[in-house]
Amino acid sequence: MNMDKSMKIRKSDVVLIAVCLLLALLAVLAMFLKRENGARVGVYVDGELTAVYPLDTDTTVTLTAANGSFNTLVIEDGRADVTDAGCPDKLCVNMHSIAYAGETITCLPNKTVIKIEGGAPEGVDVY
Amino acid sequence: MCTELKTKRMTTMAMLTAVAMILSYVEAMLPSIGIPGVKMGIANIAVVFALYRLGWREAVAVSLVRVVLMALLFTGVGPMLYSLAGAALSLVLMGLMKKSGIFSPVGVSVAGGVGHNAGQVLLAMWMLETQEIIYYLPALAISGVISGVLIGLAGGLLISRMKNVSGY
Repeated sequence: MNMDKSMKIRKSDVVLIAVCLLLALLAVLAMFLKRENGARVGVYVDGELTAVYPLDTDTTVTLTAANGSFNTLVIEDGRADVTDAGCPDKLCVNMHSIAYAGETITCLPNKTVIKIEGGAPEGVDVY
Repeated sequence: MCTELKTKRMTTMAMLTAVAMILSYVEAMLPSIGIPGVKMGIANIAVVFALYRLGWREAVAVSLVRVVLMALLFTGVGPMLYSLAGAALSLVLMGLMKKSGIFSPVGVSVAGGVGHNAGQVLLAMWMLETQEIIYYLPALAISGVISGVLIGLAGGLLISRMKNVSGY
């Protein structure tokens, strides 16, 4: 059976794929080069900052979300990770641990975002 | 349009929606590769097929009905919002790409794959008021391109081979 010609992959498709991949790789590279070490772990529930922990102190905390569910945050060796959660999909548990400023672990069901904050000490206006 | 054609069209849409739901279900049973948001989206083979064989509005209907029904049956309303945001951006982009006439189903579905992930990231940024979530986008875009290529290849094959079978 002959393949319909209009269904075959074209040069424009290849260009589109290449451009998409190139832009994405450049963005990944830029993020990699720009990264700075984090100092604190901020916990945001529903967009509100609810807690801050220093990244250089090992600790384990259970974060309670607005919907009654929880996320277990472990800070160890300068990295933050979510090791357990009450949400059904456990995507946040599967995410890699984070250590660099701006990196986040997101739990959509619990509306919880764990974010590494940059080098400037807390409470100091850097701008 | 005469009634017989209209009925045939509607039945085909219903069948494609059912196929899309089965594909979502099958995909949910496959082991995840462990990165959040990274998946094949094989249900979109049915959406791409609907886009080429029936039209943009029909593809929108198949995709949105599938998302809503799957959410009501399995995942719930919260995740549905993210699926809807992804599906909506994906459908808009695929419609525009197809209309441009310069891409095959592969290019169209690559735009769909990237649109799917971008829509979800944008909604998450807005809902959680956290701009940093955009850092996930490059990695998710790469995943969207890869699934888009595979879905486009499968969809293109299906579209040309099903021509003689279904009459569409």
